[in-house]
Amino acid sequence: MNGTANTYDLIVIGAGPAGLAAAVEAWNRGLKKILIVERAKEAGGILMQCIHNGFGLHYFKEELTGPEYAERFITMVDKTGIEIKLDTMVLDITSRKQVHMVNTKDGYQILEAKTIVLAMGCRERTRGAIGIPGTRPAGIYTAGTAQRLLNIEGYMPGTRILILGSGDIGLIMARRLTLEGAKVLACVELLPFSGGLTRNIVQCLNDFDIPLYLSHTITEIKGDKRVTGAVVMQLDGSRKPVPGTEMEFDCDTILLSVGLIPENELTKKADIRMDPRTKGAIVYENRETSVPGIFACGNAVHVHDLVDFVTEEGQLAGAGAAAYVQAGTKDGQTVELINGNDVGYTVPQHVRPEQMGDSTGIYFRVKSVHKEPCFISIKSGTAEIARLKRDHMAPGEMERISLTRDQLQNTTGKVSVSIEEGGTK
Amino acid sequence: MQYDVAVIGCGVVGAAVAYTLSKYKISVIVLEAENDVADISTKANTGILHAGYDPEPGSQMAKLNVDGVRMARELCEKLDVPVIWPGTFVVAFSDAEMQTVKELYDRGVANGIKDMEILDARRVHGMEPNLSPEIKSALFAPTSGVIYPWEYALAFIETAIRNDADLRRNFRVADIIKQEPSGYVLKSVSGELVRAKYVVNAAGLYSDFIHNLVSPPAFKILPARGEYFLLDTTEGNLVKHVIFQCPTDKGKGILVSPTARGNLIVGPNAVPGEKDDVKVTRSGLDYVEEYAKKSVPSLDLRTSIRNFAGVRANNDKNDFIISEAENAKGFIDLAGIKSPGLTSAPAIALECLDLLTKCGLPLEEKKSYVDTRKRIRFSELSVAEKQELVRKSPLYGRVICRCETITEGEIIDALRGPVPPVSVDGVKRRCGTGMGRCQGGFCGPRVMEILINERHISYKDLLKDKTGSFMLTGITKKQEETYEWNR
Repeated sequence: MNGTANTYDLIVIGAGPAGLAAAVEAWNRGLKKILIVERAKEAGGILMQCIHNGFGLHYFKEELTGPEYAERFITMVDKTGIEIKLDTMVLDITSRKQVHMVNTKDGYQILEAKTIVLAMGCRERTRGAIGIPGTRPAGIYTAGTAQRLLNIEGYMPGTRILILGSGDIGLIMARRLTLEGAKVLACVELLPFSGGLTRNIVQCLNDFDIPLYLSHTITEIKGDKRVTGAVVMQLDGSRKPVPGTEMEFDCDTILLSVGLIPENELTKKADIRMDPRTKGAIVYENRETSVPGIFACGNAVHVHDLVDFVTEEGQLAGAGAAAYVQAGTKDGQTVELINGNDVGYTVPQHVRPEQMGDSTGIYFRVKSVHKEPCFISIKSGTAEIARLKRDHMAPGEMERISLTRDQLQNTTGKVSVSIEEGGTK
Repeated sequence: MQYDVAVIGCGVVGAAVAYTLSKYKISVIVLEAENDVADISTKANTGILHAGYDPEPGSQMAKLNVDGVRMARELCEKLDVPVIWPGTFVVAFSDAEMQTVKELYDRGVANGIKDMEILDARRVHGMEPNLSPEIKSALFAPTSGVIYPWEYALAFIETAIRNDADLRRNFRVADIIKQEPSGYVLKSVSGELVRAKYVVNAAGLYSDFIHNLVSPPAFKILPARGEYFLLDTTEGNLVKHVIFQCPTDKGKGILVSPTARGNLIVGPNAVPGEKDDVKVTRSGLDYVEEYAKKSVPSLDLRTSIRNFAGVRANNDKNDFIISEAENAKGFIDLAGIKSPGLTSAPAIALECLDLLTKCGLPLEEKKSYVDTRKRIRFSELSVAEKQELVRKSPLYGRVICRCETITEGEIIDALRGPVPPVSVDGVKRRCGTGMGRCQGGFCGPRVMEILINERHISYKDLLKDKTGSFMLTGITKKQEETYEWNR
């Protein structure tokens, strides 16, 4: 095995926005032997196929396209001594922080690191996961795959498109395909509300007169060789199709935008504890996982809506990795964040008040749509330690709140995040 | 030229026949209607190598099943076909079903199966803790296996081709003309002709149609669709054996089983239908779910990565139809090969060889022939083997399918193999790309690119699976400006 001289301070897995931010942050904080491993032939991750604008409003205070946003971080990396291996697949990570990787140039290598940042991103849910009845012809794509075919490879995946699911990629693709001359017949959403950002509903569907059918789903896909049509039905309160509501769409393509799942094959190989709610690793405030010295950030931890927050998480992980190399982990009190009323998950799941700095951001998602003003209530037992007002909340838009060390230090060890209705208090 | 033998159909039965015949000094051609082998019933079934306790003692099915499963052990070894031998349980929930289990046991004994046991509830749950507490006992047959059926067929046909058998794909037989004094001319739907002294009808679902071209109707194929869930490899250990329920008149019932690749397969139901109807239905999937959860209550179908359906070539007789057709000398039916047809395939091929000999085909074994096959499967190698392989051939160092860890080298191997794939699903069946949890979301575009480059085709001709299943409809506006320059 490699001697200590060859041991990296940090190996980052994935050169998307999370991994790039983590590497740059760790470099700025003094780590000098850093390697980023990326399986694609270029850095930037999924941003490279997101050629629409709207990225960076929070972080750069300007509106960039996906590749522009990525380019800013790639440029930052280029100015450092950070190494990048592209077209390289990580096959295994051990809890002793050995990283197995393979590419055509260096062959199969096992490299050691003092710390690892997991930034593998996420993947799309597929037809199999949601069990749509019908045949299995050509012309059924997940929205992200169609986006890659269109924006990177330059191919049209179809001419008459029906989109199932109103996730952001599906909405973006509705506009993109329309601009390329395809006819997008409709967007069909199982839930009574969209899982996408409001701005995307407006800019990608409404502006192009593409109908959005809420509480509807595809009940049958037709076609022997290529998709020739699909049947859409309305759903009742218990999500069962309502007889008599059948609509047949004459489409040759179905795009699925039915959710994203964090990519965590490697996380599991390293025996890191997972959160069944997020399907990502359980992390502390500095994005350290249950294995000391292994950190995780970005969509591999939980699926984000905005890249700006992915960057923020990457920086937390990078800073955490630098501190780990420089000072090691300190033991201390741990506060667990738990779901209260209408909260689906929180990230981080654990906070160590003694190590967190003055304040820490808590991300969470609500489970239902709140159109009236309501409150986010943070409690330790029955004692409320913070209360924040929101005019509107929805599952499609991740919430971020900030808690101070003082607020978290004197708690019972469990702190709940819950939503309370009512706009008067 | 006139071939000695033309085999109609390259499912597992036709492929096994070609493999068996290719060891002899005769000329053999296999005619496949689809653009790929193993593309109808063979590609969409459970993949069980049955121990042989199901068929009636004395039936042809019983003999061929038992012979077939025995042969499979050696064949999988020498032809490099992934297989596991977990053994099967047939579980009983009631006293009546305990009686059925006893009958199956007796049948198995009569069919010559060794090492079967009837397990009491305590041992059932000891061996399979995730099975329903309602289960009272189970038949345990340790000699059953699970295989990837299309890989079995591919192994047969690839080896046959290495031994100089011919394969013609996209040859859909439309007519067969008898020649005097003997022999046949087979005509495809597009008018191509193939001449052969002997014909083997291994046309699966369409074997009645083929038979009727040369002989009075003698049997009818009764297609029966079966629907499945395929679960993620995270669920592959939920059960360690193939878990059957007691058979009914509808079939062998819903099973839950590990696959040879570590997934979990759940299904199938049995719905009479059309030969080409492979849709999945809500009602079918709900039925499968209900019955599967009866055996394994903790089954989590949210971990499903794919649903599919296949069609069984059931027939209106109680047995396989393996004989020379009436009024058609040298025309051998291997028809109505329903379950356990996959298991029986190599034994059916031997039976076919016997029938051809009796019809007068002289068989002299070749002095030398290929009877081995070896595939590189990167993910199954040790670290040292991987290092060595990538050093020698760098393309094995580029992982294309990350869910299943399939490398570019393996895809190129398939594309340059004896039966090159012509579609994305063809690559999938040979290499496993797109078979994992992302279902080709990531590797799909890269497999497309490799297919376009290796096969020197236009994007317009890129197929998902069957002829006509075009994947792309055009190029983008920006691309249009430069496209002609690039070609």
